[in-house]
Amino acid sequence: MTETKPQIQFSLEALQQVHEILLQYPADKSKSALLPILHLAQAEFGGWLSAETMDYVASILKIQPIEVYEVASFYSMYNLKPVGKYLIEVCQTSSCWMCGSEDIVRYLEKKLQVETGQPTQDGMFQIKTVECLGSCGTAPMFQIGDKYYENLTFEKIDTILDELRAENKYSRYV
Amino acid sequence: MSKKILLQYDHIPGINTFEVYRQNNGYKSVEKALKTMKPEEIVEQVKVSGLRGRGGAGFPTGMKWSFLAKPEGVPRYLVCNADESEPGTFKDRYLMERIPHLLIEGMITSSFALGANTSYIYVRGEYYYIIKILQKAIKEAYAAGFLGKNILGTGYNLDLFVQPGGGAYICGEETALIESLEGKRGNPRIKPPFPAIAGLWGCPTVVNNVETIAAVVPIVNDGGETYAAIGIGKSTGTKLISASGHINKPGVYEIELGVPVEEFIYSDEYCGGIRNGKKLKAVVAGGSSVPILPTELILKTANGEPRLMSYESLSDGGFATGTMMGSGGFIAMDEDTSVVKNLFTFARFYHHESCGQCSPCREGTGWMEKILKKFIDGKATLADIDLLWDIQSKIEGKTICPLGEAAAWPVAAAIRHFRPEFEAYVNNPQSIHDVKHYFRLNGLVEA
Repeated sequence: MTETKPQIQFSLEALQQVHEILLQYPADKSKSALLPILHLAQAEFGGWLSAETMDYVASILKIQPIEVYEVASFYSMYNLKPVGKYLIEVCQTSSCWMCGSEDIVRYLEKKLQVETGQPTQDGMFQIKTVECLGSCGTAPMFQIGDKYYENLTFEKIDTILDELRAENKYSRYV
Repeated sequence: MSKKILLQYDHIPGINTFEVYRQNNGYKSVEKALKTMKPEEIVEQVKVSGLRGRGGAGFPTGMKWSFLAKPEGVPRYLVCNADESEPGTFKDRYLMERIPHLLIEGMITSSFALGANTSYIYVRGEYYYIIKILQKAIKEAYAAGFLGKNILGTGYNLDLFVQPGGGAYICGEETALIESLEGKRGNPRIKPPFPAIAGLWGCPTVVNNVETIAAVVPIVNDGGETYAAIGIGKSTGTKLISASGHINKPGVYEIELGVPVEEFIYSDEYCGGIRNGKKLKAVVAGGSSVPILPTELILKTANGEPRLMSYESLSDGGFATGTMMGSGGFIAMDEDTSVVKNLFTFARFYHHESCGQCSPCREGTGWMEKILKKFIDGKATLADIDLLWDIQSKIEGKTICPLGEAAAWPVAAAIRHFRPEFEAYVNNPQSIHDVKHYFRLNGLVEA
């Protein structure tokens, strides 16, 4: 077996977080840290998980890379391809649908001139339709990073997009 | 009438902080339990209370606790299920966001009752801001001596951690949640053994929903009998209901179990009636998994009795004419709503969320989504209705975990109660476009 040493490295702050996460489990059960560390890695390395990033996480937890791949590909929050800086996750299930989620998506597509699932040309935004985010009483809604934007109207969306464009940094939730 | 036990102090500014929470009887159950009660006495009080699991299954909590194995020298774990993902349900989020210390207090008291020295709150990853709220509250509880070593000088030790999920509805199933907490894919385990015997890392484990654990606080404070006196029959206590859809006042309501459904929908104390003066068409009363009922059956049972918000009344008549309490995710649809299209959103959801272990669920959920898409696109035939029925009947009862049933039941119920609507979309495909959905936003329709 040939082993290539990953070239990437967590920041000192992130390493400190990794250390704290590992303290949450018995010493021989460090694999439990995989999900939180993948969230951290996604936030650190550009909003998605490359094979290199996943191999790096495997090396930290001393597990096989396949154990990381199978988990990363199972859960919907891990992006296995690069995404726009701001991933706009529009809930489309039942109550959100009843309150206009399809129109939210159409409005976003028109305004950003992009199809759902593709980043905008400047790489700033990407629309993603997702399943129930537990915001049914405040529908329609979308999530960007760790923030819930609820009771959406077209005017609200205009303001949100303008603010994010001015802010211009990766949406991260860790 | 509304009866507030869990949300009693919800309106008090700053109740999310330790200080204010403590001033309002906060952490009293921990003092009482650790200083004056034996663990088995607490379990007994929970049994007496009649509390049933608030995540959806409604299993008696005290009984679940009493199944916990206690082998010598093996750690036991309490894991809180905060993976709230059942469409229509947002009550746990509400509770954790506004009164995080209530959950933490319940975790300490319950962990003591179960003999756990390490406990986890598994929160769905999308609720990352809630995780931060909980972590802050936990830090405050440690600083005040309610967590950590030798709590309140009683010699009891407890560490409490928050674990994020990765975005998977299936992790609300308790064995899938345990797998996920072990850093694996959320594939449900074959049972037995149940988690009470072999759960987290093979150790005896109890998994309880957020609201269930919060309810332990008033049960310990006031006694199981006092709790049991609230509610109706075997539906004791209060329940948090997440109300959404075409109602005037969507939100989370704490109700005394037994409130008539009609009152819940039309009273200004709760949902405040249907928006825009429209008529009610149907209700999904307990989250996406439970059977949808048309207005006449949700307001009254088949016997003409008023339908109540209780486990027994909601399920009165079985699936032929009844439904289930489920998670308390109450979705109301007005007269202009397409039941078929709503069902499609459920089918798409379950297809997306199936873990893929069992073929009937993995394949069947995808087939149901595809066939329902045909109805919406005006390409379905009458035979597709029977095909849908056939598929759902072959998923139910044939999977490791209840996601199979959760995907099958809504399809069966929609056909059972709204077959003419399916037929109309076949006979007149244009009619799907005639269903005018009410949107909260002005102008959304022509966008």
